[in-house]
Amino acid sequence: MRPLLPIIGVALLTVGSGGAETVLIRNATVLTVTKGTVENGSVLIENGKIAAIGKNVSAPADATVVDATGKYLMPGIIDCHSHTAIEGGVNEGTVSDSSMVNIKDVINPEDINIYRALAGGLTISNVLHGSANAIGGQTVVVKLRWGKTAPEMLMEGAKPGIKFALGENPKRAGEPQQNFFTQGQAAERRYPGTRLGVEEVIRESFTEAKNYQAEWKDYNDRVARGGHPIPPRKDLRLEPLVEVLEGKRYVHAHCYRSDEILMLIRVADEMGFKIRTFQHVLEGYKVAKEIAEHGAGASTFSDWWAYKIEAFDATPYNAAIMTRKGVVVSVNSDSDELQRHLNLEAAKTMRYGGMTPTEALAMVTINPAKQLGIDDKVGSIEVGKSADLALFDHDPLSNYSKCMKVWIDGHEYFDRDKDLETRPKFNEQKKQLIEKENAQANAQRGGRPTGAANRATTPLEENR
Amino acid sequence: MKYSHALAAVALLAAPFLRAAVPTAVAIKDAHVVTVSGADLPKATVVLRNGLIENVGPNATIPAGAWVIDGNGLTVYPGFIDGLSTWGIPGAIPAPAGRAAGAAAPTQPQAPAQPPTPQTTTEEQISEGMEAAQARSRGPESRPQTYSFERAADLVTPTDNRLEAARAAGFTSAATFPNRGIVEGLGAIIDLSGDSGRDMVVAQPIGQQILFRVGGFGGGRGFPSSLMGNISYIRQLYLDLDQYKQAKQIYAASPNGNKRPEYDHDLEGLAESPRILLPADQEQQIDRMIAFGQELKTPFVLYGMHEAFKRVDQIQQSNVPALISLKWPVAQRDTDPTDVPNYRDLVIREQAPAVAGMFAKAGVKFAFYSDGVDTAPDLKRAVKKAIDAGLSRADAVRALTLNVAEIYGVADRLGSVEKGKIANVVVTKGDAFDDKTTIEYVFVDGTVYQPSKELQQGPPNGGAPGTRRGNPTPAADGMTDGGRN
Repeated sequence: MRPLLPIIGVALLTVGSGGAETVLIRNATVLTVTKGTVENGSVLIENGKIAAIGKNVSAPADATVVDATGKYLMPGIIDCHSHTAIEGGVNEGTVSDSSMVNIKDVINPEDINIYRALAGGLTISNVLHGSANAIGGQTVVVKLRWGKTAPEMLMEGAKPGIKFALGENPKRAGEPQQNFFTQGQAAERRYPGTRLGVEEVIRESFTEAKNYQAEWKDYNDRVARGGHPIPPRKDLRLEPLVEVLEGKRYVHAHCYRSDEILMLIRVADEMGFKIRTFQHVLEGYKVAKEIAEHGAGASTFSDWWAYKIEAFDATPYNAAIMTRKGVVVSVNSDSDELQRHLNLEAAKTMRYGGMTPTEALAMVTINPAKQLGIDDKVGSIEVGKSADLALFDHDPLSNYSKCMKVWIDGHEYFDRDKDLETRPKFNEQKKQLIEKENAQANAQRGGRPTGAANRATTPLEENR
Repeated sequence: MKYSHALAAVALLAAPFLRAAVPTAVAIKDAHVVTVSGADLPKATVVLRNGLIENVGPNATIPAGAWVIDGNGLTVYPGFIDGLSTWGIPGAIPAPAGRAAGAAAPTQPQAPAQPPTPQTTTEEQISEGMEAAQARSRGPESRPQTYSFERAADLVTPTDNRLEAARAAGFTSAATFPNRGIVEGLGAIIDLSGDSGRDMVVAQPIGQQILFRVGGFGGGRGFPSSLMGNISYIRQLYLDLDQYKQAKQIYAASPNGNKRPEYDHDLEGLAESPRILLPADQEQQIDRMIAFGQELKTPFVLYGMHEAFKRVDQIQQSNVPALISLKWPVAQRDTDPTDVPNYRDLVIREQAPAVAGMFAKAGVKFAFYSDGVDTAPDLKRAVKKAIDAGLSRADAVRALTLNVAEIYGVADRLGSVEKGKIANVVVTKGDAFDDKTTIEYVFVDGTVYQPSKELQQGPPNGGAPGTRRGNPTPAADGMTDGGRN
């Protein structure tokens, strides 16, 4: 009876369904990152992959041609440290080892920060559990396929990870808490309260994981010999740690101080697993040689520090120093806001430490791809890699650049002009919805207006 | 016959809301009967005797001595069934599917029949996000917040004062669930009448309700505090259940030489449950819970559903029944006037009531649930909102009757006006969902009630439907206390 407004589908730029288009991006400055720069170059996208790169690329007649004259094409940006799109809590901070929880279960594909990140050229995020505990939750690599469901956003072939955390954050929960909620009650402490305890938690959990591994091996052996023993309990906390021991899962370790970085390397060597990346790693410049020897990557901030004690001894030269010592370094966001301009975060390594433009771009493209073990698929503009591309109107290492278009697997997921075009229509629809709601509310209250229901709309406010 | 009629009449005059002595037999003669299971009967007689529907039809024989109600101008419906409820458990607050993730969990109610739990401070009880009276867990292994062993059937009592209001809206039964923790306990189908809790129980156990309790960082509360923690917690419980069943089986086959599996209170409660109810209000929650339910390999039902207008096909294809909350999302009162509402929220508020009609068209098995809407005028208006948004009246009745019975596997005894079913019927003057309609009689298990006008219609300027939270007292909400104790 009451007609519904025709809403769905107008709201946001959505991706066309069906097979990937054939697209020719013409006459751009192509920043391949790994194979130099091609001036006035073209890139052909076919079946979601990069099919050809060069000054003269011929394309089939039905290809969509994007004239990129004067623009810069770079690989889609990759963020090695993100908490975007996590629903219902970034931390399971109630326990010292929360390896049973999995970010994969709680990705919210409706999080508007995904779209806003796309608008800055970001195409891949390593979505991590928080740093509340020594061993945090399981992590996933997500492609920002805005408009798709959560399972469709998970990157195919990317190894899952697990978050570790050292230092102040995991031990903070050990301090007595005095706040509104604990008034009048003995404050609950959660182990550990010290850096010593953080080390002990990791060592103990891996000791348990090894016993668990042995227990299952024993069971499987007995079954293989024809027995019918009662199976051991499957333990969701220990399973991912066994995967770490077996090299099936990466460890991403949040850390600051050099002493705790060395501690974790010792524990890993003793237990027989590898750290894949040290995250934040603000004192990494002090132990870069040891990090490189362990084979770990380092994912750090560009230029912010001193927001807590363990972040005092930092320097913006960190990324450059570690790079020169042979560490694969990326610059990460750890933030819904910073992730929208990681290209500029990378550019700061040129100012601090003299990185070349290519080295700087590598910090947010091929290097994080290497750290996540996906550099065979993404991270540079090379024939055969996924067509994850970002088109900027100026050099992306310049403050004056804006991201114009983003492709993932050859699909266009962001277009600045189309976005701007959609806004008036979108705002009109929003206005109609509010007016309708106001009218209904007023009718129910016998014509008396109420404060909350009677708000005006202003264009472009909280659009999305 | 005359005697019992007169007795009923006298009693009806004496009290605003009457629960009358039951005559041996009642015949509602020449009424319009909405059977739900079959076609409507424009002029038929419904005979109730011994708490059962003895006969239905144009020529049904009226037993000698029956109290005969002249059904001319009256309509007989099957009694309505609340698809997910806390009715019958005093003090229990419905579990909000919509606020399941990312927001504070409600404070825990204490049903009187539940075992005592440790004392907490006042601050805790009044603050959102804090679980009152939860012993803090030392880790997942202590299985905090599992009450799978608790039974609604043991907790229900006819003294819950919401029952009277529910009957005034034509409800005669409810699928009621205990209401604490994450795994909340075994539900029961109850009739909203009886001398004791035992009289009320129709069927049990009918399932376990799952609620995600999210909020709090570390201090004060135990594991789990995040949505991902809640999910892995339940996943572990079901893995444990698998192992438990397997261990018991292996042990039963050869006790000699095998270690005896430990008796597990929590897992027994899970094992006994024929299905679980998973909260899913927004589209990503619906996707997530369909996948999760399938992973757990146990029959499941989704509840919430306010953004299901985006996921009708997926729900239909996965063949999962859905319970739609009648607490329609509305603009919150007294918010900052300069706040511009979020587009997604606006769309949900606009389209949520259309979900039921879309489900009916797509062939999704669905029902409504009260979700804290518990006065007759509010319940009626809430269903009317779904009808205005495209649900047919027949489908609305079905969603409140036979569909609920089918979802919980009790369609052999409830949900339609059919011979042999429990005598739960509602007799109205007018269509069930029209404003001016009055309910003349409500029969629950054969007991007759005549709800007062005040309870049925509320005050002249009653609150807007769906705007009230929790279970406020009538006085606090500015509602009349007519007929309530």
